[in-house]
Amino acid sequence: MLRDITLGQYYQTESVIHRLDPRVKLGGTLLYIISLFFFHNFLGYGVAAIFLAVVIRLSHVPFRFMVKGMKAILFLLLITVGFNLFLTPGTVLVSFWKLTITKEGVRLAVTMAIRLAMLIIGSSIMTLTTTPNNLTDGMEKMMKPLKTFHVPVHEVAMMMSIALRFIPILLEETDKIMKAQIARGADFESGNLIKRARALVPLLVPLFISAFRRANDLAMAMEARCYRGGEGRTKMKPLIYHRRDKIGYLCILIYLALGFFIGRL
Amino acid sequence: MGIVKTEDLVYEYIRRDEEGNVEGITRAVDEVNLDIRQGEFIAILGHNGSGKSTLAKHINAILNPTEGTVWVDGMDTGEADKVWEIRQTAGMVFQNPDNQIIGQVVEEDVGFGPENMGIPTKEIWERVEESLKAVGMYEYRRHSPNKLSGGQKQRVSIAGVLAMHPKCIVLDEPTAMLDPSGRREVIRAARALNDVEEVTIILITHYMEEIIYANRVFVMDNGKIAMEGTPREIFSQVEKLKELRLNVPQVTLLAYELKKRGIGLPDGILTTEELAEALERIRP
Repeated sequence: MLRDITLGQYYQTESVIHRLDPRVKLGGTLLYIISLFFFHNFLGYGVAAIFLAVVIRLSHVPFRFMVKGMKAILFLLLITVGFNLFLTPGTVLVSFWKLTITKEGVRLAVTMAIRLAMLIIGSSIMTLTTTPNNLTDGMEKMMKPLKTFHVPVHEVAMMMSIALRFIPILLEETDKIMKAQIARGADFESGNLIKRARALVPLLVPLFISAFRRANDLAMAMEARCYRGGEGRTKMKPLIYHRRDKIGYLCILIYLALGFFIGRL
Repeated sequence: MGIVKTEDLVYEYIRRDEEGNVEGITRAVDEVNLDIRQGEFIAILGHNGSGKSTLAKHINAILNPTEGTVWVDGMDTGEADKVWEIRQTAGMVFQNPDNQIIGQVVEEDVGFGPENMGIPTKEIWERVEESLKAVGMYEYRRHSPNKLSGGQKQRVSIAGVLAMHPKCIVLDEPTAMLDPSGRREVIRAARALNDVEEVTIILITHYMEEIIYANRVFVMDNGKIAMEGTPREIFSQVEKLKELRLNVPQVTLLAYELKKRGIGLPDGILTTEELAEALERIRP
């Protein structure tokens, strides 16, 4: 049961977007998200939507996978839209009971909905087309300048990739411990919230102990294989910019220029 | 001097109470003298708590001796600046396959050691390919380690060590958590490395079946080396092995019992075939 959870949501297929350098995708996604908050009119969102549609097309990932990401934030989206719709002061359009809908409210609610939807779809394209490993690699390389300020960039990236490797193992272990406790009469499913939270203690204690033991073993194994931090380390799969990555950056720039020209009229 | 040499090696675990006062001292390794030559296949045998794993960790400079000295390829493991060179010379494979694989893809894990050593990218790929082929895991290079069987994971771990081009590999109970077929896979891979690549293998185990291919066997008990010799010499002393709480393989035990009852069999029979031949020879 717990084992079925797939980590990250990488969608395996062949496409230009998949092959792009993770730095292009990270940078592009960030710029895209920022751009969504700078448009003044709906034409700007039109440009953003066309750009998004082209990228989705190029990524060969079925559209329904992106919508899946939307489901998780549907609740958040509804609340945001609701608040904006009912609580914005301005010219009253409809009014019943204590609720009033204003013209400004409608406008704000629609903008907010569009922004959030595009934001989620935009960032899910990144996670759908980039392996978690590639993503950490990209982050490590992009954050490298922070090293001068003593930010442990390599260490953080290493921690992230080890965490990614161990999540399925620990999930499996949780499953095992859970079954062992159920076999001995533990009850994880009935009772109120507090009761259920307390039932988790006999699950978490062995899990933590085992995680620490694993961490200890892993540290020893890493040292035995000459790991001594990022200093003097080479990469098996170094990130190198190709022609397609330069074209990628160019496309993002063109989009930004177009978006700002049209969206800020 | 051989590839691994220890002289009067002693290691003590010190137990402390909450205030840091010494509560007790356990001598895990007690005055061990070893001299292992390049290219040998060595087995170190012992029941749980006999000190064999502690001894193994000295060869990789994970532990430092309390007393005595360990040399790996002529380097003293006590010298701090030699640690990385020693670990590169004597690689180590641990017991739990899950807790020693770092990469999320098989090939990335095998490349981890060479990456740490600062090998150029192109050579890393060559080493990864060659190591994975040596243990027969090349077809799985793009798989996730989580989807492999225990024996396959251990072979990946061996490849990961092999990619560092060590002269010696220490396998610390690599088969303890595996099923019989996984156990065979791992032992076969270790033997192939010894035969083809001439890597010195130090196999630490408590399964007696695994030591029959070794050139020399050391049996440990209570931190000391209790027996030393070829597998045949070791297996011919059934009573002593029983005393050391080791499980003698069934064939050897059967031959021993038959001999005790007056059937003229030679000492130290290791395989079923040998027993069959020996019985054939004495058929009236």
